[in-house]
Amino acid sequence: MTRPVIWKAPSPLPGFSLSLGFTVAYMSLFVLIPLTALAIRPWENGLDNFLAVVTSPRALAALRLSFVAAAVAAVVNAVMGGLLAWVLTRYEFPGKRLADAVIDLPFALPTAVAGIALTALYAQNGPIGGLLAPVGIKIAYTPVGVVVAMIFVGLPFVVRSIQPVLQDLDQEVEAAAETLGASPLQTATRIILPAILPALLSGIGLAFARGVGEYGSVIFIAGNMPLRSEIAPLLIVTQLEQFDYAGAATIGMAMLILSFLILLGFNGLQGAIARRGA
Amino acid sequence: MAGFTPDRRGLLLGAGALALSGCAQGKGAQAALLNVSYDPTREFYRAYNTAFLARWREKGGAPFAVEQSHGGSGKQARAVIDGLPGDVVTLALASDIDEIAARGLIAADWQTRLPDNAAPYTSTIVFLVRKGNPKGIHDWPDLLKPGVEVITPNPKTSGGARWNYLAAWADALRRPGGSEQSAQTYVSELFRRVPVLDTGARGSTTTFVQRGIGDVLLTWENEAFLAAKELGPDKVDIVSPPFSILAEPPVAVVDHVVERKGTRDRAQTYLTQLYEEPAQVLAAEHFYRPRDPAVAARFADRFPHLTMADISNFGGWSVAQKRHFADGGVFDQIYQPGRRS
Repeated sequence: MTRPVIWKAPSPLPGFSLSLGFTVAYMSLFVLIPLTALAIRPWENGLDNFLAVVTSPRALAALRLSFVAAAVAAVVNAVMGGLLAWVLTRYEFPGKRLADAVIDLPFALPTAVAGIALTALYAQNGPIGGLLAPVGIKIAYTPVGVVVAMIFVGLPFVVRSIQPVLQDLDQEVEAAAETLGASPLQTATRIILPAILPALLSGIGLAFARGVGEYGSVIFIAGNMPLRSEIAPLLIVTQLEQFDYAGAATIGMAMLILSFLILLGFNGLQGAIARRGA
Repeated sequence: MAGFTPDRRGLLLGAGALALSGCAQGKGAQAALLNVSYDPTREFYRAYNTAFLARWREKGGAPFAVEQSHGGSGKQARAVIDGLPGDVVTLALASDIDEIAARGLIAADWQTRLPDNAAPYTSTIVFLVRKGNPKGIHDWPDLLKPGVEVITPNPKTSGGARWNYLAAWADALRRPGGSEQSAQTYVSELFRRVPVLDTGARGSTTTFVQRGIGDVLLTWENEAFLAAKELGPDKVDIVSPPFSILAEPPVAVVDHVVERKGTRDRAQTYLTQLYEEPAQVLAAEHFYRPRDPAVAARFADRFPHLTMADISNFGGWSVAQKRHFADGGVFDQIYQPGRRS
């Protein structure tokens, strides 16, 4: 027996068909139609061509850099963003409101501006890069620079995802754990972490996705050397500069498929955790 | 299925949003002339537009505005192809205008409709070096001296960088014993000394002047003058090599757009006057080499005489583009896996 399809939401509020119509039209206009246009392009020159473009050493190197750097940046953001969110929700200190507002700045700043600012800081003659250069650490114009830019643009996602959960977390539970003899580490890993885990994962997923697609801030700091510090979005732009729309769409499509699979896995993981918690 | 009431209002709302976006165009765009150009011409065209409009009004023409759009040359060509209603395009490479023409927006014979290959001013590729030229860089072979780092943008994404690359190639070719093979070797060696490939000319200028990376920047002559003047008169020197390439940034009326907007007359005048004396002087003042011999003579101390190759030495842009810069072309071969340390 299959479940009957229910078209009307069990809500006392009216306007279901209005909101469904609006949702469908809006989604089509801004998400589905552009993505369909993207999905049509790569096949113009056949499947062989699609595979040849995607598996060329340069495309593979660029895809690897984009995805690995985004993953590293997401992990760093998970730790540091988690810490920031904790400090911002649990402690009072002067300038807290200001610090809280500053977290969102990477959202608002044009990414190219961020990239230029980061490059100025981390270049070998910059204030930070200048200190690291004598010890042989180079950040700007290396893959490390790519990670730095992605950390910058991804940070707010993690903080803003777990902040509300931490705020709602009942501190009495922590107190109870402590009374029952739990060490601070046990309280953190057994009580707090499970509670914020779904939110944390969604934050990591968003930060990762942002990093993978990031272009503006990365190209200034990456150095853009083929096979070494060239990100996949730059390859797409390179294809477009040659008026090769199909080639550009091919790499875009490959990124989209990879991202989709990874985010799908993340959602699955989140679902599993939510079910276990329930 | 029974519960579904097909309420049309919701769908109508979506359709309304679609219709709105269509109305925004058309009105108001009528009056202004849009010049779609590339990055380094921003200052020149700002000055030219003021002069042009003043002259237009003096002759009793109805006033209108000229708007400018700047960006990477290839990106600007794509914007026009994708519907940006530029009345005229003033780009870095003939091949970018050819791409617009290939889609039927500009007549195929555009390059013969105006004098001098439709390029009212020219430029060339020169070297920008650190103050005092500590590495002693005077000519193309000096770029391969041990320990010299070269800054240039990526020819795949920058029109100026394509001129850099071709200038290097042409110089290697004319050396004693020069051949296609030796030219390819020279250019490959050159690009192996590039630590940062920016996407555009401005980015490379910043990398070289402000980040202090590299010993020599290959760049447009006009960009070198601007950088030396604005960014680092105490930091950099301009070195003109004895041999370079004649860069001809071309201009064209976008037929499809002027027909639709009824602006052909204005657009045509706008481009023709670029060849006349006032505009030629403005171009020279903005470090572009004027075509007018009289104006060129007046600015002779600014623009040293160089021997120059030009794009016809490469069989024209479409041949050069295909051989050197297309996917799998010579430039891509420089970055083959395993060939780098």
